[in-house]
Amino acid sequence: MTKIIYIIQRELKSYFVSPSAYIFCMVFLILTAIFFRGNIASFIEVRNQPLPWPELSVLQSLNKMILQPFFGQISLLYLLLPILTMRLLAEEKKLHTMELLLTSPIAVSHIVLGKYLAAAILLGVTLIMTIPGPILILFYGNPDLGLIITGYLGLFFVGLSFLALGLFASSLTENQIIAAMLGFGLVVLFWIIGGAPHVVGFGLGMVLAYLSILEHFYVFTKGFVELKDIVFFISFISFFLFLTHQVLESNRWR
Amino acid sequence: MIEVENLTKRYGKIWALRNISFTVAEGEIIGFIGPNGAGKTTTMKILSCFMPATSGSVLISGYDVFHQAHEVKKIIGFLPEQPPLYDDMTVYGYLKYVSQLKEVPRFKLKNLMDRALKICGLEKVQNRLIKNLSKGYRQRVGIAQAIIHEPRVLIFDEPTASLDPRQTIEIRELIKKLSGEHTVILSTHILPEMAQTCQKVAIINEGEIIGADTYPNLSRQLRHLDRTRIKFSHPVDQPVYHCIEKIPGVVSLETDSPDSYGVLMNTELGETEGVVSKIIKIGVQENWGIREISPQEYTLEEVFVELIQRHENKK
Repeated sequence: MTKIIYIIQRELKSYFVSPSAYIFCMVFLILTAIFFRGNIASFIEVRNQPLPWPELSVLQSLNKMILQPFFGQISLLYLLLPILTMRLLAEEKKLHTMELLLTSPIAVSHIVLGKYLAAAILLGVTLIMTIPGPILILFYGNPDLGLIITGYLGLFFVGLSFLALGLFASSLTENQIIAAMLGFGLVVLFWIIGGAPHVVGFGLGMVLAYLSILEHFYVFTKGFVELKDIVFFISFISFFLFLTHQVLESNRWR
Repeated sequence: MIEVENLTKRYGKIWALRNISFTVAEGEIIGFIGPNGAGKTTTMKILSCFMPATSGSVLISGYDVFHQAHEVKKIIGFLPEQPPLYDDMTVYGYLKYVSQLKEVPRFKLKNLMDRALKICGLEKVQNRLIKNLSKGYRQRVGIAQAIIHEPRVLIFDEPTASLDPRQTIEIRELIKKLSGEHTVILSTHILPEMAQTCQKVAIINEGEIIGADTYPNLSRQLRHLDRTRIKFSHPVDQPVYHCIEKIPGVVSLETDSPDSYGVLMNTELGETEGVVSKIIKIGVQENWGIREISPQEYTLEEVFVELIQRHENKK
């Protein structure tokens, strides 16, 4: 158990010794800030105008005009996540340090979990750094606090899922660029898989569409936490961590 | 300590190891030598639990490397061909991490770190980033990570590859120093160092062990002739040369050094004693000025090449 902590420590140190963590955070936060600013700008524009008919009051709701798009925009930025995970396993193979890990008395599952959790911690820290935006709104308006909380929860789950995809991609190759590209591919795949029924037909299509991360995320942005979505995310993450574990273990069978 | 029985490794159609067997007793150093691609690294990787065998068994201290890998990994230290170093860590940080992975108890940590740093001569660079170390130092860090948890068995794959001569000697001394407390198995294709460090030698070619014994024994196996070097105080005269040639039992004679102060004499096994005493008698009588008479073992290179030649001829 403690070995997982040792791995987490090493990976975090490695993130912060190189520019990668800082650049990731910086890019992520700058883009987030730009989006947020944009949301506020368009909100203000509409805010001060008289409403031609009452239903349009929706446009003047803080929740819907700023926060929800905000959560959606951050989830788009998750396309950057494979950059975080690309080195985790690919580099071990490239540097031949995998020999060290696999000939030490540490279980493969501990290796996988340790690396995953280190990336998850980095994701969490980055997300926390985006909080000042919504907090600002709390001062100036009356947004739904619950919505903010569930929104971030949903974001965290989506991020964790994409990290699992990225780690899996990293386990498949020793080339970090390929790991990143595979990661991007997988992230986009599960992003658009909601459109499967149009492509593959109704039966299979609906099954595939259920795997859409988007679908399970929307509910969080509306202020609801549904058990079925949490189960989905946990299963998704577990599945891809399991796959990663198998890929590493497969060294032992060949 | 190490028992390998009928070890076979196949990559698809290619047989990397064919049914090899050998044992290493506790505290011994055994060297694996063989041409490139013979199967040395494969053997090391299987012994260190990095890779599974296709068939056969390997027991280290009684534990099977496939079924009880976890136990084996606690008692081995492995230095692969490329030392498994993280460039972004300092020497100290890296060794500390390795000791955590290898389950070194916290209270022993400081002592064992100091020990490893001292044995490998890394005290001065312990706070330097591994990325900034020269190849020789990187190799030393590689050795340090292999020994840090006081494993019973050390497995070194080409520990002196691409080191300069001075570093090679240092590493060799280091390995000799380690051998008492540890069982060491190392692979190389640099023969002279093998003869100097290892008690036992296993010659491997194309996946098969073609000779495994102490170096003098191997040499003796191959000898069908005894070889002796005779050195004189002045260049050899023709009459002396012819005289020795004519002694019964002498098979051939050739001048040794270019300045022909010496000769190499091949005699039939069993006749050597007699021939040499005769040479001494005549030499003293006739005042030949004999300076040195020494039996010559086959050099390890010759043993190596000879065995490999025979092996390939057999095919």
